Amino acid sequence: MAAIALSASRRSFVMRYPSVVIFIGVLALFTLGVTILAEGFGIGVISTSFVKTLGKTLCLCLVALAMDLVWGYCGILSLGHMAFFGIGGYAIGMWLMYARTEIIVRESLAAAPLPPTPQEISDGIAGQIFGVVGASEFPPIWAFAHSLPLQLAAVVLVPGLIALVFGWLAFRSRVTGVYLSILTQAMTLALSLYLFQNDSGLRGNNGLSGLQNLPGLSDVPQSTISILFFWASALALGLGYVICAWMVSGKFGSVIRAIRDDEARVRFLGYSVEAYKLFIFTFTAVIAGIAGALYYPQAGIINPAEIAPIASIYLAVWVAIGGRGRLYGAVIGAAFVSLLSTWFTGGQAPDINLGFYTVQWVDWWTILLGLSFVAVTLFAPRGIGGLFDLISERRHPDRNGASLGPDPGALREKEADQ
Amino acid sequence: MFVVIRRIATCLLLCAALTSTAVAKEADAPIQTLLQSHGAEIKKSSRKSIGPAIDALAASGTPDAQTVLERWQAKEMWFHKDSGLFVFGQEADGGDLALFDVAGGGEIGTAPKKDYKQLKPNSGIRGMIAAALVQFQLNAPDPATRAIALDAIERDAEVSHLAALRASIGPERDLTLKARKERIERLLTIRFAEDDAERIAAIRGFSGDLSVDLRAALNPLVQTKLEVATDLPADAKVVRVGKELAHDEAYALLVERDLAPPRTDPQTLRETLIANIEGEEVAGVKVATLDTDDARAAVYATLAASGNAQPLVTDADVTGALERYVFFEVFTGAPVPVALAAQAALHDIEAKLALSQTVDLALDGLSLASIYFLAAIGLAITFGVMGVINMAHGEFIMMGAYTGYVVQLFVPDYTLSILLAIPLAFAVTFGAGVAMERLVIRWLYHRPLETLLATFGVSIALQQLAKNIFGTQARPLTAPGWLDGSLVFNDVIAISYIRIAIFVLAMIFLAVFLFVMNRTRLGLEVRAVTQNPRMASSMGINPDRINMLTFGFGSGIAGIAGVAIGLYAKVTSEMGADYIVQSFMTVVVGGVGNIWGTLLGATLVGTLQKGIEWLNPSNTLAAQTYMILFIILFIQFRPRGIIALKGRAAEA
Repeated sequence: MAAIALSASRRSFVMRYPSVVIFIGVLALFTLGVTILAEGFGIGVISTSFVKTLGKTLCLCLVALAMDLVWGYCGILSLGHMAFFGIGGYAIGMWLMYARTEIIVRESLAAAPLPPTPQEISDGIAGQIFGVVGASEFPPIWAFAHSLPLQLAAVVLVPGLIALVFGWLAFRSRVTGVYLSILTQAMTLALSLYLFQNDSGLRGNNGLSGLQNLPGLSDVPQSTISILFFWASALALGLGYVICAWMVSGKFGSVIRAIRDDEARVRFLGYSVEAYKLFIFTFTAVIAGIAGALYYPQAGIINPAEIAPIASIYLAVWVAIGGRGRLYGAVIGAAFVSLLSTWFTGGQAPDINLGFYTVQWVDWWTILLGLSFVAVTLFAPRGIGGLFDLISERRHPDRNGASLGPDPGALREKEADQ
Repeated sequence: MFVVIRRIATCLLLCAALTSTAVAKEADAPIQTLLQSHGAEIKKSSRKSIGPAIDALAASGTPDAQTVLERWQAKEMWFHKDSGLFVFGQEADGGDLALFDVAGGGEIGTAPKKDYKQLKPNSGIRGMIAAALVQFQLNAPDPATRAIALDAIERDAEVSHLAALRASIGPERDLTLKARKERIERLLTIRFAEDDAERIAAIRGFSGDLSVDLRAALNPLVQTKLEVATDLPADAKVVRVGKELAHDEAYALLVERDLAPPRTDPQTLRETLIANIEGEEVAGVKVATLDTDDARAAVYATLAASGNAQPLVTDADVTGALERYVFFEVFTGAPVPVALAAQAALHDIEAKLALSQTVDLALDGLSLASIYFLAAIGLAITFGVMGVINMAHGEFIMMGAYTGYVVQLFVPDYTLSILLAIPLAFAVTFGAGVAMERLVIRWLYHRPLETLLATFGVSIALQQLAKNIFGTQARPLTAPGWLDGSLVFNDVIAISYIRIAIFVLAMIFLAVFLFVMNRTRLGLEVRAVTQNPRMASSMGINPDRINMLTFGFGSGIAGIAGVAIGLYAKVTSEMGADYIVQSFMTVVVGGVGNIWGTLLGATLVGTLQKGIEWLNPSNTLAAQTYMILFIILFIQFRPRGIIALKGRAAEA
């Protein structure tokens, strides 16, 4: 019996979770296909803007993956992960904006009779960036904006730290369930309201713009840059998927699922529930930050409206429609709903003429989305991912050689197979 | 002697006038004599020289003088070109002029216009006349005219008003006007009186007064000016450099007084260097190396040493210059004793003002609290009593507000429309709530997180639906006229009637809630169902029906709250979303399941938000941010809110 158990655990991670292999394969094929069809290195059938849309969708899939881990697996309905996503975008956006403005300012000052002093360059950049909010000096928050490595560290550290502090405060006082959701929503609201002020140091509601222009790469066409970002997003999604799948596969995964199902029982079994929850919350916040840092250079602009609570609610909607508690479900939900959203709100969907009223999808899409969300919650809690169960349930379950029943001497799987 | 000659001259002129045309019957009437004695100045009509003439007229104090001043001001005074006699004239048909006597205003007849010349006082002179007229108006028989004169003085006081005002206090019979006159007299004394003791007495007489006009009268008296000298003069207040006064400002004053050379700012330094570029070098240093401030300063120093630039003022120079002089403040608005008295009075006022402001702030906080309470009370029922998370609660508030807007489209009378809107809003949102409970929520009673998600879906859909129907721009919900204006306690404490109405409405809601929950069959059944639905149903209560009604009741109250909030703010499709987080915070902070907790929570959230806004008035966004952070921290210490349920109910 021990030998059987051992052999089960020795079976490779990939063999036990074929969905990971399938997912990576599909993602690789998709990336290859888009690369061939795109303008950058391929035949140019699909436009650069659509490549960007696809790249952004991959980033949204990544943040949905994080949401699934924290909500679908650990049962924490966080309404703050899009805020972490936005913070990641702000962190990278600060460097992009600083570095690009620095190049412009240096060029304009080079024409002056005297070589510029560091102070003059700094003043010039600050004037360019903060002119719109009536300031001309760098706020302290921009202290590291000149350095790409430091800002890249901020992409990971700032969301991580905020999540760590907030999560520690919330979990230690045993705020759970809907209370935690409301509290995270309040945190998101506070953050977006803070960023909306002009003196927040991040240009108020103007946000950061021009992020699609990479400093130093002005000769490289956007078609190439877009495909590079697409690759980076695909790579990040692939890596994120594998890491998340690995995390939820082992004992750790069992514990966090147990926390979702009955937190008190797990606590009585001696696990430190708060530490597990805090780890998952912080880890997913970091993933969200990275996804945001990849998303916003493709979007080109970030402003506080992107952080507003409604964005995090939509994230929950994607995961729920895709099917929570399964990683591919989150990815499918995010890709499906966000692409469908783009199609409907972009005005490409044909209007429906009812004779007395014409349904314009730009106006009615949100209503359809809201109602279908209600319908999914009520009638299909497993979401789109539940469709896969229809296939897999036709095969009898693989119990890794364990007994089929709880009693000693119950029929073993191998025996049953014979 | 001179007067006699003048008389004779007047008589002669008069005779001439009589012979030529119809003129004043009583050419030697006192008023005509008075006018003639200043005839030259009046006819010259120059602002610089007219003063004595107006003063003389004003000093005579007769009704005739008043009429003359008024008609002069109205450009109705003419004089005969030959005789110089003054008359009132009105242009008649055929280029003729209807003439009236300056004494008494009786009609004289008509005369050709060409014989007369009109007096056309410019605006400066008209202003002087108006000031002189004030004294007549102050003693006018009609109290309304006297009040208008006082208004004019309050608006635009002048030195000359003081004497006139003082003279008019004695005869005043109307007590209100008399009190007003005395008050204005003291204000004018503070501003214009010659005697310091008199001014100080007037200032002291105002103790306890917080009005804006008193502060406006006192503030110019305590104006100070920064001065600099080598020695400190007597009774001047020293200003220490580096403490009350920044180094740069102090040095700027020295420069302004030519006591020190101007500092070399980076701009001039740069320009001087550019002006001295010779080929690739400035003063023997390569241009390319001048990319730091130190390098530039060094080259500038070389230039200055060779006489090609103003000497560089170093920090040491600045410090040395500042040490040589002493900076002090002198009063410029009034002599020192008066200024000191005014300062003391202002300090006193400020202390009292701070108290009033605190009261005002508390009132503001209370009214914000009642708005939050209104927004949250529906939630206190659906979330607090039933434990159902309704994220579409904000949209029910919005629906109520839009119901009010639609009612106003059909019923133009604002009072009636509001009275109609309240039950209608309740009916509409009650229906919406019941529909939502039947269709969505009842399937999810044991899955709170899913309820939250499903109601989010409803909220998104309802918000967009409102946008599709009513558009994105804000719609007005107009309050009835009797709610306009505000209840004023003093110059600082004021509260608008609409806020009072919202407060009253909040209190009514509280009473209704308490009555329904504690005194009706429905409330009893609701409490039974929420405590133990199975036991309740075995007692013959239908939990489905009760849940439906309770949810509808909570939603209906949200609709009425929507009408109230719509009166106070604009109606938009996003108004509900603005309140939803605060409402949940209010309920959570107060303690779920207890209406008094919700009340306390709303009070805490409202007053704290106003308090934070007061600390940082420019920024309501920041106030909301800090408020939410505070709540997050507050929940650390009292996770179950201010009033926490104890025992088994808390576990449910």
